[in-house]
Amino acid sequence: MELINIEGTPKTPTVNMNPETGVVGIKGRSIPENSVEFYKPIVDWLEEYSKSPQPKTVVNMQLEYFNTSSSKCILDVFKKFEQLKKDNNEVVINWYYEEDDEDMLEAGEDYESIIKVPFKMIQIVD
Amino acid sequence: MSQFIDSCFEQMNQGEVIVAYKGEINAEVIADTLSLIEDKLVGTDIKNSIKKRLYNVLVEGLQNLYHHVDMPKELIKADWNSNFGIFTISYTEDGFRISTGNFVKNDKTPKIQEKIDNINSLSSEELKEFYKFVLNNQKFSKKGGGGLGLIDIARKTRNKLEYNFIKYNSEYDFFNFTTNINTEVTTSKT
Repeated sequence: MELINIEGTPKTPTVNMNPETGVVGIKGRSIPENSVEFYKPIVDWLEEYSKSPQPKTVVNMQLEYFNTSSSKCILDVFKKFEQLKKDNNEVVINWYYEEDDEDMLEAGEDYESIIKVPFKMIQIVD
Repeated sequence: MSQFIDSCFEQMNQGEVIVAYKGEINAEVIADTLSLIEDKLVGTDIKNSIKKRLYNVLVEGLQNLYHHVDMPKELIKADWNSNFGIFTISYTEDGFRISTGNFVKNDKTPKIQEKIDNINSLSSEELKEFYKFVLNNQKFSKKGGGGLGLIDIARKTRNKLEYNFIKYNSEYDFFNFTTNINTEVTTSKT
């Protein structure tokens, strides 16, 4: 499987996905007009990765902010990790949020309660 | 016709306006507006988390315009592009005010009205549950968030959504939508 390295833009996040290490990182803002188009390769990659995953997958989500059209796509991404976990793989989800950014903390809690995989909430302090 | 738009624009264009725009709403206009507002806020004492909230609500509001305009045919032929919209961003005593305006077919008016009234009737806890429900259960169109945008705006701003429909003709209304973002964090209103 290939590495995925997508560089961030003012409207889309930086994405790094490594099938050898099992580390997935999404960082930055996600506000594209067409989120489905942006997230499709990511979801497809995860689908493929799930066929022979690493024993431990680490997900680092460090979003600055995202629009509601991304929110559904991000849920689709998390559902892939939920399935990995259901298939008895170890999955660690780190949800980063800036100090006092209660919106981003809440967003993490929303996803956590939907997919029912515990998130590690990590506050970024300047 | 353009008198009609001018008078709608005039109504929205009040107070200490930072940006007032009338024209085609496309991805570039949204990006430019966002970076303009970001530049404006550099060096201000507004908390980072509030700035992000403002950007978030702004993007949501403008992308709503981008995705949901019904332009009366005779206006397309005249001066305006089919993705015509109006928006203003201004300072208020408590923070910022974002107001958008677009044409909608008037058979959609009751539904939009009902949606906003429902959102406004919910407490912050109910909004959170409603958001999660829609996120997890509703099919999203290619266009956008299946109504999640308005819920998100209400949730983030902690303020009631304001709206107004102005009749344009027998088929179309002009939909004016306004949201306020407080720069001081207050406890959630329920």
